Amino acid sequence: MRRTPAFLACAALGLLLPGLAAGQADERDSSRVVIGSKAFTESVILGEMMTGLLESEGISAAHWRELGGTRVLWNGLQAGDIDAYVEYTGTILLEILREDPTTDDSRLEALLAEQGVGIAARLGFNNTYVLGMRETDAQARGIRRISDLRAHPELKFGLSNEFVARADGWPGLRAAYGLPQPEPRGLQHDLAYRGLASRDIDVIDLYSTDPEIEYYNLRRLEDDLEYFPRYDAVILYRHGLRSDAVEALRRLDGVLDEDSMAALNAAVKIEGRPAPAVAAAFLSGRLGTDVTVRAEDRLRRFVDRSLEHLRLVGISLGAAILIAIPLGILAYLWPRLGELVLAGTSIVQTIPALALLVLLIPWFGIGAKPAIVALFLFSLLPIVRNTQAGLRNLPPDVRESAVALGLPTFARLRLVELPLAGHSILAGIKTAAVINVGTATLGALIGAGGYGEPILTGIRLDDMGLILEGAVPAAILALLAQGAFELAERRWGSWEARNGD
Amino acid sequence: MLTLEEVTLRLPEGFTLERLSFALEPGRTTALVGPSGCGKSTVLRLAAALLLPQSGRVSIGSQALTPRNANTLRHHLGYVLQEGGLFPHMTAGENVTLMARHLRWDASRVHARLKELLALIHLKPDHLARRPASLSGGERQRVSLARALMLDPALLLLDEPLGALDPIVRHELQRELRQLFRALRKSVLFVTHDIAEAGYLADDLILMRDGRIVQRGTLKQLVEAPADAFVSDFVAAQRQLADVLSEDDVVAESA
Repeated sequence: MRRTPAFLACAALGLLLPGLAAGQADERDSSRVVIGSKAFTESVILGEMMTGLLESEGISAAHWRELGGTRVLWNGLQAGDIDAYVEYTGTILLEILREDPTTDDSRLEALLAEQGVGIAARLGFNNTYVLGMRETDAQARGIRRISDLRAHPELKFGLSNEFVARADGWPGLRAAYGLPQPEPRGLQHDLAYRGLASRDIDVIDLYSTDPEIEYYNLRRLEDDLEYFPRYDAVILYRHGLRSDAVEALRRLDGVLDEDSMAALNAAVKIEGRPAPAVAAAFLSGRLGTDVTVRAEDRLRRFVDRSLEHLRLVGISLGAAILIAIPLGILAYLWPRLGELVLAGTSIVQTIPALALLVLLIPWFGIGAKPAIVALFLFSLLPIVRNTQAGLRNLPPDVRESAVALGLPTFARLRLVELPLAGHSILAGIKTAAVINVGTATLGALIGAGGYGEPILTGIRLDDMGLILEGAVPAAILALLAQGAFELAERRWGSWEARNGD
Repeated sequence: MLTLEEVTLRLPEGFTLERLSFALEPGRTTALVGPSGCGKSTVLRLAAALLLPQSGRVSIGSQALTPRNANTLRHHLGYVLQEGGLFPHMTAGENVTLMARHLRWDASRVHARLKELLALIHLKPDHLARRPASLSGGERQRVSLARALMLDPALLLLDEPLGALDPIVRHELQRELRQLFRALRKSVLFVTHDIAEAGYLADDLILMRDGRIVQRGTLKQLVEAPADAFVSDFVAAQRQLADVLSEDDVVAESA
């Protein structure tokens, strides 16, 4: 037969091959140390610092940057996908271990050890809420500590909406210190900095290593009653990490205070210098370590991202085609079973993409694997549904003729029904492909790479150029997939085009 | 050849066949006639095992049709639908030879049979290379007939084969079908609601109403000795050209 499902298989392979070609071995070299970082500037700089330090000591290291949050990194550490990353003690206690945030350090280390995790170094800064003022004002009034504010009821507070609302924010702070100032108005954080600069307000809340501290020349007021929980930055590593790497990371113990961290953040976020260069400059200045910074190659980066993206889409979509078409056929042959299959795939579709990615980490670790599994699951429904509907909606006289000829069920499917439903099946694959290309950008949150990576970096650095570097090719790829499948659909249905009655 | 014994079928739409029985003689052409919804197409679908009866027996030759042997027995019957039911993604030739190739006939046998059929059905070889959409309605029915005859079945089932054709083509195909049925000497069961067509093509008519057989016989018997008022009404409900012309005169004069 000239128009058997072979054509369909070819279409699938066409998408699959570039993906497989790009699918260099996923298994990692066990001697290589993998450092993780979260999707914000400070975490990325520290990740670069750790990676650079290890490499300068002759230890092969890779940096898995901008992963999507605490859960992803912690689970990655547990699964052995990453070996070390920087976490904050308050986050460890509240979000990971669900313990009282005032737990002392030795107890914290004991709790971590139960989970197979150790602390290699305490970097020396505490990134928590603080109150800040203009340096000149603070000097003129002699204010160093939050307690000093009690003597200055005339000061105007401009606090972020979140800080005003949180029980452990303003209400608790005012009670703890007995602050006399009137109820502050909540405002947006960026506006607060501007209000401070224009002298409309005098005191704002901030994170102690915000780059704006340096930029606006602000003074942090000491939390002398230790009201805010501590968010000390520590390097977590999993037990089993080679000891020379742990030793190397220990050299970062106490090397940073709030000011120097804020300065590094400002260098990247405000001056726009690349994070690897900033980290390398700090290492050579503070530890005398010589780190070679690899030159940025835009084209190389683009090619890598493209291959990663194609691989995510190609493997997941290819597997979905191979599974979903048979499922659609089963759903057509046995309608009862079909309802179950459709209900199952529909439920998967309702899970938010990020939630599904995080759910899959315990089984598949972090990186491309869970992303491919999630994209595969998301691609099932449109293909199953269109396969079943395409078969069910065939003209009844065509189906009856095929039955009356005496063709057995599977020959009938292969020779008549599937080729005629091909149009609908291709439309389902097209829908899946377009959804898949877009959703794959979220894979960057769990370290799967692809076009989502520049988008994440761009959002972090507020860099529209970088965002477009990911968003534009992703959009083009989606359009290409759409166009290719539309062309295939048109060719497939060509026997209907000529109507000679 | 085809035997129905006490066949009962109740369809969910409310349609019912009650204890229907009849047999076809080998080599004879039988027409199933009756108004729409009388069950004549349902009988044909039972004969091709597209429907299975709730009770009773449908046999092809000496074998009762069951879900297990249906596909084998279907090789011994040819089935033609009103719209042809051709597979739109295959050429006419592929449509005709599909089943033979599926049964692994060798190419020379397929070719020889195709050549016989072309002569029998008056199809041109270049029709075979075309897809159904680029054939006329009459050509499509010829292809459909060739497909039904490909395996040389003993029984031919036709469901309103000429129902969708324009009058000239229909007239021409009626003549060809009559010659064909006589030449082939196969058992033929065909469905039509046109009593004149039934009488022209078949010498054995079965008139049905509401799922029951009202009368069976030649056209002459139905006309001259109708079993009841329904039969005489049905037979009389054929407008003759001469009557129409005289009615037209009346309309024209009164206007």
